[in-house]
Amino acid sequence: MREMFPLVAKDALVRRNGRVLVGPIDLQLEGKGTTIVIGPNGAGKTTLLKMLHGIMRMNGGSLDWGCAREEAQRRQAFVFQSPVMMRRSVVDNIAYPLQLAGTARKDARAQAADWAARISLGDALDRPATRLSGGERQKLALARALIRKPDVLFLDEPCASLDGRATREIEDILKQAAAEGTRLIMSTHNMGQAQRLADEVLFVLHGRIHEFSPAAAFFAGPQTSQAQAFLNGDIVE
Amino acid sequence: MSDLLEGMVQAFWLLVTLDSDLVEITLRSLQVTLTALIIASVIALPMAALLSVRRFRMRRATIAVLNALMGLPPVVVGLIVYVFLSRSGPFGVFGLLFTPTAMIIAQVIIIVPLIASIAHQSLRELWSDYHDLLISMNATQVQRIQALLWDGRRALLTAALAGFGRAIGEVGAIMVVGGNIDHATRVLTTAIALETGKGDFAMALGLGFVLIALAIAVNLAIHWLGHTEREGRW
Repeated sequence: MREMFPLVAKDALVRRNGRVLVGPIDLQLEGKGTTIVIGPNGAGKTTLLKMLHGIMRMNGGSLDWGCAREEAQRRQAFVFQSPVMMRRSVVDNIAYPLQLAGTARKDARAQAADWAARISLGDALDRPATRLSGGERQKLALARALIRKPDVLFLDEPCASLDGRATREIEDILKQAAAEGTRLIMSTHNMGQAQRLADEVLFVLHGRIHEFSPAAAFFAGPQTSQAQAFLNGDIVE
Repeated sequence: MSDLLEGMVQAFWLLVTLDSDLVEITLRSLQVTLTALIIASVIALPMAALLSVRRFRMRRATIAVLNALMGLPPVVVGLIVYVFLSRSGPFGVFGLLFTPTAMIIAQVIIIVPLIASIAHQSLRELWSDYHDLLISMNATQVQRIQALLWDGRRALLTAALAGFGRAIGEVGAIMVVGGNIDHATRVLTTAIALETGKGDFAMALGLGFVLIALAIAVNLAIHWLGHTEREGRW
């Protein structure tokens, strides 16, 4: 297996209905650590993540992984801001990515049951996933994304509108995944969470990368006034 | 009013005595319609899923045509099938005209657009939910269609039942291609038309009540088998 990284974006641009959502962006991500994407609402965080993940068509520029595109796509997963619950049971939801990849149903369900136990949904295996609470849904989405053991995991505000306990549970799973070598690229509005998880920070504003620096340096003193203002909790426009 | 009452009495006696003619035409109605329903579903449901999942150039036009075909006049369908199956027609050699098979063919043509159209409405919504997730997971086209058909199965049941309703009550097309031949192609609807023509309203009404009861019974049976409308199901 070839190394997936570096991930290099050159002049990457996403335009919809004549409006530039993201770009042009030049970015190089290396294969270690956790990248946290922060920025105000509408700055283009979600679009940026989806573009890097490859589910949003680019209108210009290039995006290259260290390995072939198909292989890279197989080795990454995405957790959406509002998790998509398939209309099936909890265990079938978690097992689905494995079944797509060709794992036998019985085997996939056994692995999914293990994962359900890890996210404390072990006694809800046969409940319809659409009946789960917000926190449970997000945990399910996380387990479903991690079950294929992706090398890269994108997360779009996975803890938005969750309470402290659910957030902590999700962060624990994320820390464990990161410790096992999964590269995390995650957007968040929670600065505490950003500080807890980040190795490097991407500050996005108006669809551009405004600042990209190691977490410690960024939180100690951002280079740009906008990032400083954002950290202070001011409204950045 | 007395006709209606007599009809009910007649229906009651037909049912209680298990009139052999009634049993025969009822079973034929069921056989023709259920066969047509199964064939039509096998064609229409994957077609609906494909239309939801796939973006191609003529997609909008295809959907518009499908919707328009929902209102296909059965008697015209019957006429066209008749022309194709008649001795001098392209499929005349099979000798299918005035057989239950011809009736099944006509019904399939009538209900495929209906089932596909209704199924497409609900699968389209399901697909807009699943779109990002399935693309992110690298599901192939076939896997996407499978996921939609499986997870949307309860909505698809409704589409199939609508098709059943249209087919079981259909008279124009099967009269033309079936010919309403006693002990061969006579079904409930064509028998009702015949009895009404003869002026035997009680008999016609009796058959009508049996037809309605049959439609309700099949719907209930399918709902019961499909576990719809129950707590915690979709």
